[in-house]
This record gives sequence, structure tokens and C-alpha cells, in this order.
Amino acid sequence: MKSATQVATDQQNHESWRPLMEVATREVFELMLGSQLSVPEAADASPKPPHDVTAMVGLAGQLCGMLSFCCDNKAAVLITSKMLGVEVEKVSSTEMSDALGEISNMVAGNFKNKISGLGDGCMLSPPTVITGSDYETYSLADRPRLEIRLVFENMPVIVTLQIHS
Amino acid sequence: MPITALIVDDSSVMRKIVERSLRQAGIEITKVIEAGNGAEALSALQENKVDLILCDINMPVMDGLEFVKALAGVESAKGVPVVMITTEGSEAHVVQALSAGARGYIRKPFTPEQVKEQVIPILAGKP
Repeated sequence: MKSATQVATDQQNHESWRPLMEVATREVFELMLGSQLSVPEAADASPKPPHDVTAMVGLAGQLCGMLSFCCDNKAAVLITSKMLGVEVEKVSSTEMSDALGEISNMVAGNFKNKISGLGDGCMLSPPTVITGSDYETYSLADRPRLEIRLVFENMPVIVTLQIHS
Repeated sequence: MPITALIVDDSSVMRKIVERSLRQAGIEITKVIEAGNGAEALSALQENKVDLILCDINMPVMDGLEFVKALAGVESAKGVPVVMITTEGSEAHVVQALSAGARGYIRKPFTPEQVKEQVIPILAGKP
């Protein structure tokens, strides 16, 4: 396994992080929710992904960037319900934001721990959660952006890593 | 023997998951005290005697490592085992936490089985 520095300096190798992002996300869902994520059919990969709820965690240090987890409201409620072990009707909006923030935090932490040398050299910010879909994001960083799309209970979830440096 | 547990995490959802994992591990709990950061936890320890502390690392106001170090000055917490539960999974963080006084370390994401494997021997007084 390459060190974080070696990998970070080789732009092509950012693509090699994609499977690590996928494994990191799958593990969080398997261990914390008892749910298996699947890969979407090619036809399901809509150009405008759902983003009623967006949870973001900043990364700083050897890897600087932003990892975000997006899904629609129905998926967010079900994720929270499974995490808490309560019925979907009993999930509050506060709990939903809290749960999605924790999901993004665990995915980011699990991802960085899978890259040799990055665990110590990369700090995570507290999560920020945006609810509502009427917004666009624009990054000033002219750097690679990795996106993985998975399916949770027939609903798409999207994990994006915007690399700044 | 039933225990009182102090769960310290800035996420209320995570506090509930940790409590549920303790119960699923077969640990009998009479009372759970929740705190959102290390400072709140220190305040809670002024009024409560606990048998076990489970603590996140990355928290606002006072993080988990500062909290564990501060516990050395809390009479009511003398000998109370602390288990860290955190996304910070590097060896350096584990060493830091154990050096500060933590007895166990669980990486998020985790299963109830992992909580059981860490906590049961600690409560049984095994090193």
C-alpha cells in the first residue's frame, strides 16, 4: 500500500480511492444499520442526483477536501430509523440531521483510516448538514472530484469527495 | 451487577446507539447519564457516581482526550474505566488515548459484538 503522500501527489491514483470510498460507505451501513448497499443499474444513474439532505465533513492536513453524503428525505428518515431502532414515524428532523452527520463522519473516518499514513495526518471537521434541495455547490478548487453512487433500500445515496489539495 | 454508565458524545443519536449496544452486549444498566462533551461530562461526575465511561474523541468545548486527562483530578472517577468510541482510528490516536488513561478503544463504525469484546473484560476487572 502506498503512503498518503505518494498517493496524494499522483492525480491518477485518486481514482484508486474510489473503491476505498465504496468499501468505507458499505461498512458503515452494514455495521451501524445492518443494511447492505448495492450498485445502481446504469439506467438509474440520473444526471441530477437526489440531495434533499446533504451531510458534509471537511478534511484537513495531508488530505484537504470535503466529503459529502447526499440522499433524498425518505432515505434519510429510513437511515435514521434503522440507526436508532425506531419506527420511521417517530424520527424527528433533529435526529435525522444528527444521524446523517454521523454517517458522513463515519464514512470520512473509515475512508481515511483505509489509506496508509492518512489516519494520523488528516483531521475531520464536525459534520455540517444541509436540508433542502434548491441549491448548487461550486468549488473554487481545480482538483479531482470522486463520486460514488450506491443504492439503499431502492433509493440512491451519493458519496462525493472533493479534493482540494 | 447492574451499572451506571456515562456516555459522552456530541451526537445524541450516537449516544443512543452506544446505550443500545451496551444492552445488546448483555450489560445490565440501571442508569445512563448522557453528556455532549467533556465539560458536560465532568459536570455530571460532580453529582453522579458511575461505573463505566464511554467517550468520543472529537467533540466541541472539551474533546475526549482532554476529558480523560482531566478525570485524573476527579475523585469520584478514580478507577472508573473509560472506553473511547471514535472515528479516529489511527494507531497514534489509540496510543494517545491509552496513555491518557483510557482502558479500551472502539473504532466507529462498530458492532454490538465489538462493544461486548471491549467492555465485558474491563468490567470484569481484567487487564
